[in-house]
Amino acid sequence: MSKTVMEHAEASAVFNRDEPYVNWHDETLWFVRQKRDKSSKQLPEWEELREAASGIKHYVLAHLDELLISFEQKAKENGVQVHWAANAAEHNEIVLGLLKKHKIDKMVKSKSMLTEECHMNEFLSKNGIEVIDTDLGERIVQLRNEPPSHIVLPAIHLKKKDIGDLFHEHLGTDAGATDPQYLTEAARQHLRDKFLTRRAALTGVNFAVAETGGFVVSTNEGNADMGAHLADIHIACMGFEKIIPKQEHLGVFLRLLARSATGQPITTYSSHFKKPREGQEMHIVIVDNGRSTQLGRKDFRNSLKCIRCGACMNTCPVYRRSGGHSYHNAVAGPIGSILAPNLDMTKNADLPFASTLCGSCSNVCPVKIDIHEQLYKWRQVLAKEGYVPKSKEIGIRAMSTVLAAPRFYQWSGRLGRTVMRAMPFMVNNALNPWYKQRDMPEPPKESFRDWYVRNRKN
Amino acid sequence: MMSSRDSILSQIRQNKPEEVALPAVTTFASNFANTEDKFREMLAAIYTEVIVVKNLEELAQKAEALYQGIVNRATTIPALSAWADFSLNVSDPHELETVEIAIVQAEFGVAENGAVWISDQYLPHRVLPFITQNLAFVIPRNALVDNMHQAYVRLQDTLGWGCFIAGPSKTADIEQSLVIGAHGARSMVIFLLEDE
Ligand code: SF4
Repeated sequence: MSKTVMEHAEASAVFNRDEPYVNWHDETLWFVRQKRDKSSKQLPEWEELREAASGIKHYVLAHLDELLISFEQKAKENGVQVHWAANAAEHNEIVLGLLKKHKIDKMVKSKSMLTEECHMNEFLSKNGIEVIDTDLGERIVQLRNEPPSHIVLPAIHLKKKDIGDLFHEHLGTDAGATDPQYLTEAARQHLRDKFLTRRAALTGVNFAVAETGGFVVSTNEGNADMGAHLADIHIACMGFEKIIPKQEHLGVFLRLLARSATGQPITTYSSHFKKPREGQEMHIVIVDNGRSTQLGRKDFRNSLKCIRCGACMNTCPVYRRSGGHSYHNAVAGPIGSILAPNLDMTKNADLPFASTLCGSCSNVCPVKIDIHEQLYKWRQVLAKEGYVPKSKEIGIRAMSTVLAAPRFYQWSGRLGRTVMRAMPFMVNNALNPWYKQRDMPEPPKESFRDWYVRNRKN
Repeated sequence: MMSSRDSILSQIRQNKPEEVALPAVTTFASNFANTEDKFREMLAAIYTEVIVVKNLEELAQKAEALYQGIVNRATTIPALSAWADFSLNVSDPHELETVEIAIVQAEFGVAENGAVWISDQYLPHRVLPFITQNLAFVIPRNALVDNMHQAYVRLQDTLGWGCFIAGPSKTADIEQSLVIGAHGARSMVIFLLEDE
C-alpha cells in the first residue's frame, strides 16, 4: 500500500506521546458522554424514541428516490433552486458556479461535514474564493490550517493555551490570554464583521423534509442564521440521506440529536428554512458522493441512517485515546470508519481496525446503527479484497487461526495468561500496537470459562 | 448523457433495500406534573429568566425597569412602541446591526427544552433575534406545550422560515467551557403574558 497519510495506529502512537494530554482528551470526551447519559435518562421513552428514529430512517432508505423527488418538487414550489451532484467535484463546481454568477469572492460558512468531505474550502480558495468558517471551533481549526477533529466539537483536541496563542497571532488578543470568555468575545467581534460584509452564506442541513421541501439547521452559536439571514444568497448543501418523510418526524430527531451529542435537551437554534426571504436566492445542493453505492452494500447501508451526533466518538475508547485526526477522514471515530472505506478502500483500510469492537458505539447511537458489527464486517471485506493495513497483517493472520478453532482458543488463552504472568514483555511488545504507551493490566489467573467449569459443579 | 439527478435516482432505485412501512408509533406524551414549572426549570438551566406579567401595561413597566438606560431598543409589540427608540422599519437587515435589545412577540414555548417558536409571521426581519445583542420573547402564558411532538402538531405550517430558540446563544468550543453570547443574543428573557 502506498500512501502519504499516516495509518491510524501510527498516528495514534504520535498522539499518545504526551500522556497527561491524552488523559485530558480522554476525560473531556467521557464527560460529554456522561452528559448524554444523564440527559437520556430523563426521558422514560428514550429507547422507544431510538427505535422510532431507526425505523423512520429505515423507511427513508427504502424510499429514498420518492422522498427526494417529493422534496425537490416542494422546494421548487417554495421558490428554492435545487441542484444535484453525483460526486464531490460536481458539488464544488456547483457552489463555485453560483458564486461566480453573482460575482462573489467571499463567503461565510456554518458547519457542514459534507463540505469537509468534498474538500470544498481548498477547491474554492484555489479558485479565488475566500471561505470563512463561522462556527467558533471550526474557525479555530481553520486558522490553524487543520481539519476539524470531531464532527460536533471541531476543536476538542486543543487546549485553551493553543487557542490563546492562535488568537493572539490572528485576532490580536493579549499575549498569554486564555480566558474562554475573553477569547470567545474576540471571535464574536471578528466574525460579526464577516457576517455583516459577506453576500453569500453556505450552511449544512441536519434534516430535509420531503413533505414540505423545508430543511432544518441546528446550531448553538446562531452562526448559520446570522449568515443566511444577512446574505443575498443562501446555499445549503446536504448528503441525500438527510431526507426525512414528514415534518412531524422532526419531533423524534430533534429530541434525540442534542441529547445524544452534548446532553442538551435541544440546541439553542433549530432553524426551519422553507422559502427564501424577499429578494434573496436560496439553493439546495443534493449530493451523492458514494452514498448510493453504500446503499447497495447490504451490510453497510445502515450507516446512512447517521444523524451526525458524535455520540459514538465520545464513547469510543479508541477515539478518546487517539484523537480525531488519526482517522484521516472528514468524519472520524466509529461511524467515520464505516463510511470511509466505502469512499476509498485503499486509503481507509486501516480504519475498521481502529476499534476494540466493544460495542459501546452501537449502544449509544440514537438511530441504532449496528456500528461495531459493521466494523467487524468491513474487516472481513477488506481482508478478502486484499486491503488489510500492514500494521495489522501479522496479528490478523494469527487471530483468524485462533478464532477458527475454539478448542485451540481455550488452550492458547491459558497459555497466553501464563506467558503474561511470566513474561509480560512478550505481549507488551512493539508487534502489538494496542499496548503502545500502556501498561498491560494484571492478567486474571483463570479465564471465566475455567472458573465456570470449576465452579458449576458446586 | 443522463443528468446527475437521473443517474443518482436510478442508482438509488437499483440499490435501495426492500419496502418497509413507517413505524407505527412516532409520538410520545410527556405528562409533566406542571408544564409551566418544567418550562421554567429548563430555562433556568440555560440562563434564561422567566417573568410573568398580568397585562401589556405591566409588560411595558417591566421592560422599562429591566432595560433601563439601554439605547437602541426595538420591538414588534405595538403596546411597547413608546418604550422602543429604534424603528424596525428598515429595508436592509444589516441596519439592525446596532440593536441592543429586541422584545419580540412569539408563538409558543416547549416545556421539555425551554424552546420558543418564532417565525416570519412575527418578524419583519428574520435576522432580528440573532443580530440583537439581547433578546426577550413575549408569549401567552397559556401557550406552552409539553414536548416537541406536541409542538409539531401545533406547527401545521412553518411558513417561509421559523425557528425554535432555547436560551441565549452559546458555545463550549474552547476546552468545553460554556460561554454565553457566541454569535447571537447574549441574554434572553421570556415574558409570559397572562391576559390574552
Ligand atoms: S453513527 Fe450514530 S452515534 Fe455515531 S454520529 Fe451517527 S448517529 Fe451519532
